[in-house]
Amino acid sequence: MEEYVIEMLNIRKEFSGFVANDNITLQLKKGEIHALLGENGAGKSTLMNVLFGLYQPEAGEIKVKGESVNITDPNVANDLGIGMVHQHFMLVDTFTVTENIILGKETSKGGVIDIKTAEEEVRKISERYGLAVDPQAKISDISVGMQQRVEILKTLYRGAEILIFDEPTAVLTPQEIKELIQILKTLINEGKSIILITHKLKEIMEVCDRVTVIRKGKGIGTVNVSETNPTDLASLMVGREVTFKTEKTEAKPTSDVLLINDLVVKDSRGVEAVRGLNLNVRAGEIVGIAGVDGNGQSELIEAITGLRKADKGSIKLNNKEILNLPPRKITESGLAHIPQDRHKHGLVLNYSVGENMVLQTYYQKPFSRSGIMNFKQIFDKARSLISEFDVRTPSEFTPARALSGGNQQKAIIGREVDRNPDILIAAQPTRGLDVGAIEFIHQRLIDQRDNGKAVLLISFELEEIMNVSDRIAVIYEGEIVAVVDPKETTEQELGLLMAGSKRQEAGEETNV
Amino acid sequence: MSSRMRNILIPIIAVLLGVLVGTIIMIVSGYDAVAGFQALWNGAFGDIYFTGEVVRQVTPYILAGLAVAFAFRTGLFNIGVEGQLIVGWVAAVWVGVSFDLPKIFHLPLAVLAAAVAGALWAFIPGYLKAKFRVHEVIVTIMLNYTALHITNHFIRTVLSDGKERSENIATTASLRSPFFEGLTEYSRMHWGIFIAIICAIIMWFILEKTTRGFELRAVGFNEHASQYAGMNVKQNIILSMVISGTFAGLAGAMEGLGTFGYTAIKGGFTGVGFDGIAVALLGANTAIGVVLAAILFGSLKVGALNMPLEAGIPNELVDIIIALIIFFVASSYIIRWFIDRISKKGAK
Repeated sequence: MEEYVIEMLNIRKEFSGFVANDNITLQLKKGEIHALLGENGAGKSTLMNVLFGLYQPEAGEIKVKGESVNITDPNVANDLGIGMVHQHFMLVDTFTVTENIILGKETSKGGVIDIKTAEEEVRKISERYGLAVDPQAKISDISVGMQQRVEILKTLYRGAEILIFDEPTAVLTPQEIKELIQILKTLINEGKSIILITHKLKEIMEVCDRVTVIRKGKGIGTVNVSETNPTDLASLMVGREVTFKTEKTEAKPTSDVLLINDLVVKDSRGVEAVRGLNLNVRAGEIVGIAGVDGNGQSELIEAITGLRKADKGSIKLNNKEILNLPPRKITESGLAHIPQDRHKHGLVLNYSVGENMVLQTYYQKPFSRSGIMNFKQIFDKARSLISEFDVRTPSEFTPARALSGGNQQKAIIGREVDRNPDILIAAQPTRGLDVGAIEFIHQRLIDQRDNGKAVLLISFELEEIMNVSDRIAVIYEGEIVAVVDPKETTEQELGLLMAGSKRQEAGEETNV
Repeated sequence: MSSRMRNILIPIIAVLLGVLVGTIIMIVSGYDAVAGFQALWNGAFGDIYFTGEVVRQVTPYILAGLAVAFAFRTGLFNIGVEGQLIVGWVAAVWVGVSFDLPKIFHLPLAVLAAAVAGALWAFIPGYLKAKFRVHEVIVTIMLNYTALHITNHFIRTVLSDGKERSENIATTASLRSPFFEGLTEYSRMHWGIFIAIICAIIMWFILEKTTRGFELRAVGFNEHASQYAGMNVKQNIILSMVISGTFAGLAGAMEGLGTFGYTAIKGGFTGVGFDGIAVALLGANTAIGVVLAAILFGSLKVGALNMPLEAGIPNELVDIIIALIIFFVASSYIIRWFIDRISKKGAK
């Protein structure tokens, strides 16, 4: 008989009538990396929160090393050697790495915290697993990738044998992802077992041994990674065939909708982030902006949408100057914007889905008449958008906060596309979403283009840029350094351009 | 259990717990708790006169509570209700003593003066917050003291010749109601209760029904998303403070035009503005909640005055009970935990 360190058998979890987990079984072998795959809102996080003691299941059994256990709260989970690396880090910014790690488990000498011993301990664990974390660094001073390692250290410091990673790569750069994968392998070599919550098929194929798939709260089954492929996994996850290549016809661009000349924008620190940028987007085409994060993309979008003052230059929308106009004027001129950070900019999380659907149009008829809101009209509108854009929500009155990331994003896209804008600015529209939702969103962007509208897509995922765009503009240090045809370029060439090589050099290097 | 049900249960349980602990304190201190509560009840409702006084006390409580609640619902913490109330009071009395007009103009003008004064006093922290990101809590606390001392100076120099108090306001500016006085054996109950209730309806209407209320709440929840949606965040912050200050100023008018009919130099704060924070908290920042909480606190305050007379218990005990209620509301987490446990057991 094979040895399982964790067995979750026939778990069922309900939330006031809504079944989040229905008869799900997950068995983790010692020393394996086990992926938990599912769409946004499929119930992955719920299942893991059950294991971590945050929720109590209505039915089912949990066994740790063969023994039935009752995990009533996270402390029990800790004692059983289960540690969780959350997607949203739970760190105190103003504390050092060590202070964060020992928080709640402080070593003390005569009532005074013994930071020296703790630092030594942290350093030892860090070296053993090749984490290279400086125990004395302040959290606010270290990168996101490092912060994640601090989270890993935190679980190891508490003696975790089983580590749960919740979407660990969602916040990382490609380089950091490579390093994380290395760390995962080291952890396994040191005898740990890992559950990896993800919807990125590439990662599963790369590091995982087995994968358990859940769909809409139901367990679909467990397969060996060596015996499957990304296409099969994707169909298991969404329950239908998934095409990775987005189908689209040739673009038929016409006149300029957005025309940016010599734009200069400073970032929050007062440094020029966009330096004399020129760009045009025509009706009937999707222009993708490729670039490494931090090369002025955010400032560019904020300047176009009126959220940040530009210092110089011109932005014309349908031949009308919109530079430094208030956001509402720009919106009313025919611009829609899917913001990069949907929680910060895209939604008022405490508002209902319905109220969020009219976030820019609430003051217009028929939603408002002489200053009085007409909520019936608003919720009618919301209902039709919810069904058209397949937003999975219990009702239009549910707070936006309660929706999964993918459904929040669908709600935003529905709202923005429905205004029928001349130009749609989509900033990382598929970040953190699963293949089903990504496919849906890409199709919507292409529909928008086919209806003769302009689309500006900003993404850090080269694959997405290559797939969806009709033209690719490469941004580097606040300038567009090249505009290329996706059919005539390669990811390698783009990668070099994004790193600052000139077009010619890039072409030569990839030819060698 | 639905969250709505829970939101109603929590304040009720907090009140019961406050009374329970108050009882324990009374017993431990060697007082007769039953007699104490009887005296408290009689002091509030045992006599029609006392009930009139309760209504009189409830009136400014409602308005002060609305002021705090309105700001809170739009993401601002207005600690300056006390100061806005004081300037409202003095402004109302100033109009009440200096003009000679028929009642139909004089009274509304005096009420309006209080509203405008409170609004202006709240505009300052609103503007500073919107323009320079200065935190409204600090500014409003400081403006409470500024209001106290400036109005004292104003009373000494403008409203009197170096005296301790102003003249009585003209009857044409008074909210006093011979009808209510006759009904309640000459308590100080006045017409202001209608103003307070109308204001509660106005607050509910603005926040829940108007386009402006939609914006104000959105800005309170998420400034970034509001800006993205094209709302004018700065304007909404200022407006929210101004509306809050209007309610606070009107609370001052209740005292100046209704209860007292004059204004006097104050050695310290009236406390009504600060009690407004407690009222808003217990009322869960909703209009109806504020009205109910104001009724409770008003009854406790007035009823307490009878406790030393009838039961020989110091009326400060009611202050302790009120403090306990606030404590239990603020630590509603504990109550929520209990409710969840009980309802879970019931379900199993």
